[in-house]
Amino acid sequence: MPLLTITTFTPLVGLLLILLFVDGRRVNTVRWMGVIFSFLPLLLSAAIVAVHQPSNPDFQLVERLSWIPALGIEYHLGVDGISVPMVVLTALLSFVAALGSWNITDRAKEYWIFFLLLQVGMFGTFVSLDLFLFYVFWEIVLVPMYFLIGIWGGPRREYSAIKFFLFTLVGSVAMLIGFLAIYFAVEPHTFSIPVLLGRTGSLPHTLQSVVFLAIFLGFAIKVPVVPFHTWLPDAHVEAPTPISVILAGVLLKMGTYGFFRIGFPLLPEGARQWSFAFAVLGVIGIVYTAYVAMAQRDFKKLVAYSSVSHMGFVLLGMAGFTLVGFSGAYFMTVSHGVLSGAMFLCVGVLYDRTHTRDLDAFGGLMARMPIYGGMLILFSCGALGLPGLSGFVAEFLSLLGAFGRHPWLVGISVLGIVITAAFMLLMMRRVLMGPLNERWANLSDISARELWSLIPLAVATIALGVFPPLLMHITDPTLARMLGIIGFEVAP
Amino acid sequence: MDFLPALIPVLPLLAFAVIITNGRRLGWSACLVAVGASLTSAVLAALVYSRVLLSHETLAWSFEWVRWGETALRMGVRIDGLGALMLFMVTVVGTLIEIYAIGYMAGDKTFSRFFAFVSLFMAGMLGLVVADNLLLLFVSWEIMGLCSYFLIGFYFHRPSAAAAGIKAFITTRIGDVGLLIGMILLWWTAGTLRFDELLLAVPALAGLGDAHVDLMLTAAALLIFVGTIGKSAQFPLHVWLPDAMEGPTPVSALIHAATMVAAGVFLVARSFILFAQFPAALTVVAWVGGFTALFAALIALTQNDIKRVLAYSTLSQLGYMVMALGLGAYAAGMFHLITHAFFKALLFMGAGAVIHGFHHVQDMRRMGGLWGKMPWTAWTFLVATLAISGIPPLSGFWSKDEILLGAFHESPVLWVAGTFTAFLTAFYMFRLFFMTFTGRQRDGEIHAHESPAVMILPLVVLAVGAALLGIPGSPWMGLWVQHSLDVPAYALAHHHHSNLVMGLSIAVAVAGIALAWLMYAPRPTIQPARVARAMGRLYTLSLNKFHIDEIYAALIINPTRALARGSFRFDLGLIDGAVNGMGWLQRALASLKGLFDKWVVDGIVNLLATIVQALSAVFGLIQTGRVHNYLLLASLGALVIACLTWWNMG
Amino acid sequence: MIPLAPFLVVSAALVAIGVFGALTRRSALGILMSIELIINAAALNLVAFSQHIRTSDAESTAGQMFALFAMAIAAAAAAVGLSIVICIYRNSKTVNVDKIDLMRW
Repeated sequence: MPLLTITTFTPLVGLLLILLFVDGRRVNTVRWMGVIFSFLPLLLSAAIVAVHQPSNPDFQLVERLSWIPALGIEYHLGVDGISVPMVVLTALLSFVAALGSWNITDRAKEYWIFFLLLQVGMFGTFVSLDLFLFYVFWEIVLVPMYFLIGIWGGPRREYSAIKFFLFTLVGSVAMLIGFLAIYFAVEPHTFSIPVLLGRTGSLPHTLQSVVFLAIFLGFAIKVPVVPFHTWLPDAHVEAPTPISVILAGVLLKMGTYGFFRIGFPLLPEGARQWSFAFAVLGVIGIVYTAYVAMAQRDFKKLVAYSSVSHMGFVLLGMAGFTLVGFSGAYFMTVSHGVLSGAMFLCVGVLYDRTHTRDLDAFGGLMARMPIYGGMLILFSCGALGLPGLSGFVAEFLSLLGAFGRHPWLVGISVLGIVITAAFMLLMMRRVLMGPLNERWANLSDISARELWSLIPLAVATIALGVFPPLLMHITDPTLARMLGIIGFEVAP
Repeated sequence: MDFLPALIPVLPLLAFAVIITNGRRLGWSACLVAVGASLTSAVLAALVYSRVLLSHETLAWSFEWVRWGETALRMGVRIDGLGALMLFMVTVVGTLIEIYAIGYMAGDKTFSRFFAFVSLFMAGMLGLVVADNLLLLFVSWEIMGLCSYFLIGFYFHRPSAAAAGIKAFITTRIGDVGLLIGMILLWWTAGTLRFDELLLAVPALAGLGDAHVDLMLTAAALLIFVGTIGKSAQFPLHVWLPDAMEGPTPVSALIHAATMVAAGVFLVARSFILFAQFPAALTVVAWVGGFTALFAALIALTQNDIKRVLAYSTLSQLGYMVMALGLGAYAAGMFHLITHAFFKALLFMGAGAVIHGFHHVQDMRRMGGLWGKMPWTAWTFLVATLAISGIPPLSGFWSKDEILLGAFHESPVLWVAGTFTAFLTAFYMFRLFFMTFTGRQRDGEIHAHESPAVMILPLVVLAVGAALLGIPGSPWMGLWVQHSLDVPAYALAHHHHSNLVMGLSIAVAVAGIALAWLMYAPRPTIQPARVARAMGRLYTLSLNKFHIDEIYAALIINPTRALARGSFRFDLGLIDGAVNGMGWLQRALASLKGLFDKWVVDGIVNLLATIVQALSAVFGLIQTGRVHNYLLLASLGALVIACLTWWNMG
Repeated sequence: MIPLAPFLVVSAALVAIGVFGALTRRSALGILMSIELIINAAALNLVAFSQHIRTSDAESTAGQMFALFAMAIAAAAAAVGLSIVICIYRNSKTVNVDKIDLMRW
């Protein structure tokens, strides 16, 4: 059974059904269908986890069909240890975001069509094993995202949507050129990642270095890496809450996934030559954006900048070229997906009630919304790297892995940890503590639907933080083999 | 049964989970869950303690937590003499304080939340004590920090409490990242974070004589000590502890006097093998501790808030402990940690009883004469005050004396400083005692009353402990407590007893008490105000805590905020500006191209069109639309053609 | 056998009458009728020349067939022309071509 194809295209089925058979005025039918077709991939992803054998680092559930034979392009899907968690994360966050989209009634039919199309693109990106196919799915994501921000966004939605689109497109084009360079450099020409894995390592170092740079640009904009990050705060602030969740939780992960899937294993020498710059950008991201986040008055912008800051750990961890660093970086990818998604949901809960995101407008909400407050505190603590929650494991492993190669950079990066703690606590103080702002005296606490969209994320954060092997036993064999291909192993 | 010790921290953790999820349903009975969990832990701890004491064995149990490739990180528990003693202290003091809090927090709307976080704190502290590796220790360490943050900011509607919580968390966090880096450095140098493996690995590495390795390990030791500086509030990261007094008093007693702040000392003791091998690290530890002891005592002299005096005294006593470890008096430092936990918890709880009975006023200048109104509180408080002042045979005397003995042999300067600090301690503690309990009440508005039995009972139990606990560690009993710690061979040997040190320490304590009596007795012979005037600048310096807070605000906090604002402006202006500039540039180019298109490319096309149009206007004239004209022209045409044909044929 | 010339004279007369009529009539119907005359003159010519160039051995009927075609086409053209005229009449209540300049550009 082609499980991956089914998972990827289930949302497409929902999309077509809504498009063809449902009257756009029947909002309730549309959103029920939308939620159901966002839930089915979650079940399917559970099936993928069940079928996938973690101890086997090879690609599994492979589906391979010829697509454009003249150019050697194939419809080639498969998963290994680093795609499975991403598929699960995508399915989980899509479902959570679908729940969060419940209140969108304005042009609901179009909304859900774009939303489902977005899912197709995301799943496809994480399961494709052909560079061309990967690129196609990568671009598919772009279009619905553009409309979702541009139509259902805040006051500056058009500016943000265009900025997001153009920024990403610039990266995509550079990436495509990189892919083509790889394609033509290898004999016989192929886009197939499993085939390329063994071959590209021997390409000339200069070529690898240049191609890595091109591909880096594509992924770095998506991650985003400072200084290519400025689309992100704007896009996040303007996007509706569920779209922010997807954006932070999944779209950014496409960038880091790209490094794991393509950048590092296909161009090991290129990656190695740029590793110092890579780590420096990571550290700048960690420290600099933490400072920027500290200066924010807008709740959502604060969370957005803290996202950028956390992604810096991914870069730093990878630049260490150790298994533990890779594990940590990957852990951060997943952990951040869960945490940032949850943080944006928390912002959304408050925004739905107060219609403001100005941190100075809140105050003392803990007294009115204790459950919400508890959730916000939990996720903030996760984000600031409190042990027992997933963020800490990720930070610790990344730093541990990077230390051998870049001790001083690791030393500088901990400044970011302190600053992150500072602005997270200050945020909590401004929102939850102090005397209650009388404007919000009648605020209701979190609703059951909102709570239940947060609870899976809370469980994931705690479970990953307490027992990291949940994730690491899936990723470890794949990452170990990848390091074998990269051919660079430093103790420990 | 090996994992039994692991249950000790898990029980309070479960209590936390139960209370936080069922807080409303539990209501008052939340305290029963919390106390029940702590009490069970205490019983388990007693079992563990007796087993460790009797057989001198080390209980250990661990499981694999994380694995990457061939490397695994194990998590587990390891209880030796040191851990067992700490377990005993933490569970006993913790349970007593929780019982006390039932009375103190009664009627508070957030009663159950308080017990939830206290339980989580207990889990963290006990986890720290039983941890068999630095990472688990760090995890517990941070959980305690979080609880400390919540409990300091427990009255979150008070802005000052919220601010104090943040200050505490961030200041200790600075220490924590030091510890984090220290751990990472240790991992890369020694290849393990487990204490038992470090015991073997570190001496082996030090034995190599490789300067680089030595440097790395010394750096690791110092970075770990940075964690201690943060958590145990040593200079220069001491500023958070006095502010932490914003929390409810049982929290101050538990977290900020008896247990959490002592965790830093425990950390140094746990990783003592690192320090023992590298004298440079030890020296730093000793001097930081000695300086903090003296420095905090000087500030405590002039404070008027009853809890703040106690907070500075805690700083000072922690300084003693750290100094003791730095001097190699490992056992003495740990002994002082235990005795201090009892008498300082007692002091805080006594102060809490005073505050509770005095309608939440903390200013000693408004108190006085409470002896008659709160006899139980006063008596137990007196015991603790005598203990901390170092009056034999109370517990504080024995432990402090041993520290001074160590200093006497190792570093005369620190010995002098320590002895002077002992004098100051006796003075400011009795200043507090006299101002609070003797004479007449200075603020007649307030009707003080004795606390309920549930608060008095723990006071009495702790008073017994504070009075008698020193005996097992005294030379009379052959330093039994210290020996029970299983002091490893690398921790330096005990020093010979010295009558000079002991005599002098008793003398300065008595002198301090006497001076306090002269100045703060009901009818003082020396007016404190005159002394203050005579001291001039020194007095204001002490009153203003040497302006450390202001210095930090000017040197660190404000620059950080400015840097944050600057970074944001940079981000908006330069980076985003560059992006928008790029966009603007493209649009400018596009409009240029638009102009070219409009005037040049389109221009040519339009020109052609214009020409055609002009021509068509001319020829259009013959298009009249009248059939007759067309017919006529057609006929004429036919005629012309006919003529031409004829012409040609002709 | 009648020689060719009389046919040509009749035909030329018909053409002249037709042209004169077409140019001078104000009524569209008149013009159509005049045009019919011209077409018939041509048809007469075709038949006459067909007879004239006939040789003894080969009997050619091409000219006569052309004449038949011309008549059919003339009928069709007349039908189309009449319907156009009716349309024009419906729209402008006149068949006077001086009043109609729809074909002006």
